[in-house]
Amino acid sequence: MTALFDEKIYDISYIERTKIFYRAQGYASDYKWAKNSTTPIAKLVKNIADCRIGLVTTAMPDTEAGRNSREIYSVKCDPIPSSMYTNELAWDKGATHTEDVGSFLPIAALKIAKKEGLIGAAASSFYTVPTDYSQRNTTELDSPRIYEHFIENKIDVAILVPL
Amino acid sequence: MSLVARYLEEKNIPTVVIGSALDILQSCVIPRYLHVDFPLGNPCGKPNDTAMQNQILKQALSLFSENITSPLIERSPFIWSSDQSWRDKYLKVDDSNRKQLAYQGHMRRKEQKLMKSAGVSRAAMIPMP
Repeated sequence: MTALFDEKIYDISYIERTKIFYRAQGYASDYKWAKNSTTPIAKLVKNIADCRIGLVTTAMPDTEAGRNSREIYSVKCDPIPSSMYTNELAWDKGATHTEDVGSFLPIAALKIAKKEGLIGAAASSFYTVPTDYSQRNTTELDSPRIYEHFIENKIDVAILVPL
Repeated sequence: MSLVARYLEEKNIPTVVIGSALDILQSCVIPRYLHVDFPLGNPCGKPNDTAMQNQILKQALSLFSENITSPLIERSPFIWSSDQSWRDKYLKVDDSNRKQLAYQGHMRRKEQKLMKSAGVSRAAMIPMP
């Protein structure tokens, strides 16, 4: 890489930025991001070319229900939704947009991967999961429901995409 | 989303997270993470660039190619733009917007009180800037 703009490339500290931003908004206590030192790691028991892939996004369906109630929704991958509801999520509205669903939800890319034999299959539906201030809600309510959907749909491995 | 990943891994479902907030994902610790160094919103590739989107997904799938014993983080080789100013601008706080942010916060807390009294119990993790 040339040195032309190297000095301007740095990894943004989103944790620090959100802390400063919400303090400026007058919030008294900082959000406590999940912090761990280790992680559970599942074993791959099949070659990825034989796996059925599940997909999860933090975007909501662009429907009346999705716009009004942030929930776990099961949404068909076919046809690929032409839009998703992302207004309530924290993304960089100054630098980009989310009008192209493929930029945050790789349904079309998974179809191509399937055609090329890179994966066994893509699940027929994807799932939405709400971002939540409460980590307990995510761990104790949402995650088990996503898991149930995965078991029901015989999903082997998952691609998860937070915006 | 990283908490969902950890839950699924615990239940023997391998996951790959594709994201653009490296420090948040590193703090939570997940097994397989593809970091796409873009402004938040397009972790799967630039809008309308299907070739890039396909390559990013392929790189994400490659993280499933072998078993791992410690967390694996890969970076996408793609660069958003030669103009890097977006990094400095996101959630910027300075004298030009301090008053406006304080007012926004005040209004948001009022709204949150109303939502709470209306029985809406679930709040967004990061409220919209």
